[in-house]
Amino acid sequence: MKTLSRQKSFARRSFLQLGAAGLVATALPLRAAADAADADAAIREIFGDKPLNEGRVSVKLPPIAENGNSVAITVAAESLMSPDDYVRRIAIISPRNPIAEVAVFKLGPRAGKAEISTRIRMAGTQRIRAVAELSDGTLWHGSASTVVTLAACLIG
Amino acid sequence: MATIRIAAPDTASAGEVIELKVLIQHPMETGYRSGPDGKRIERDIIETFEVTYDGETVFEADLQPGIAANPIFTFYTRATTSGPIVFKWTGQDGESWSETHDLTVE
Repeated sequence: MKTLSRQKSFARRSFLQLGAAGLVATALPLRAAADAADADAAIREIFGDKPLNEGRVSVKLPPIAENGNSVAITVAAESLMSPDDYVRRIAIISPRNPIAEVAVFKLGPRAGKAEISTRIRMAGTQRIRAVAELSDGTLWHGSASTVVTLAACLIG
Repeated sequence: MATIRIAAPDTASAGEVIELKVLIQHPMETGYRSGPDGKRIERDIIETFEVTYDGETVFEADLQPGIAANPIFTFYTRATTSGPIVFKWTGQDGESWSETHDLTVE
């Protein structure tokens, strides 16, 4: 009787472990892929199918946001902002919001400085991405993540 | 009429990069929320924001519901000549609000 119950509990434990591992293994990559695909699709829709270069764009976000309804963000791109070398557009992309595109800003050589601050909504903890299109047509990418304690869209 | 707040310098020297900070009172309703009666609240957002200065558009923004309520923007422009800087917001149904700030360039 004793051995039987031990066997039983062992079987149950291993079953649970298997189940949990299986869940983690299937759920994680699937969700991450869907998120990335949405954000990538939004970037392609805005800028066309061009390669993204890492760097030159910095995103400033608070490490923790208590309220996802209003999170301060600053996006800056390194550029001379001269008549022949300037930032044409800057896009803010959220991989987890219902609409991946948050805003697209059009700048020009007259901006003097390629930096924008605003407040955005965040539907949960995520890595916000920013893409800058320079006057030579190249795309540059930067990102920053924030832990959101209270997500937008769920409450008022 | 929406309340508009603008923080911008009144005077600047030619060629100086000036900071412009604008806020407009607007719910930027996403269309994803439900009201107290359980019904979905209709989407109501500002779609474009445009800044004209010295005969040219110097800054433009296409907005989505991902922008927080009472949208605030801080951005920069190079002071060229004295004149009005015109800020204009356009809502999804075509309604628009605008405000002018006079800049003197010395």
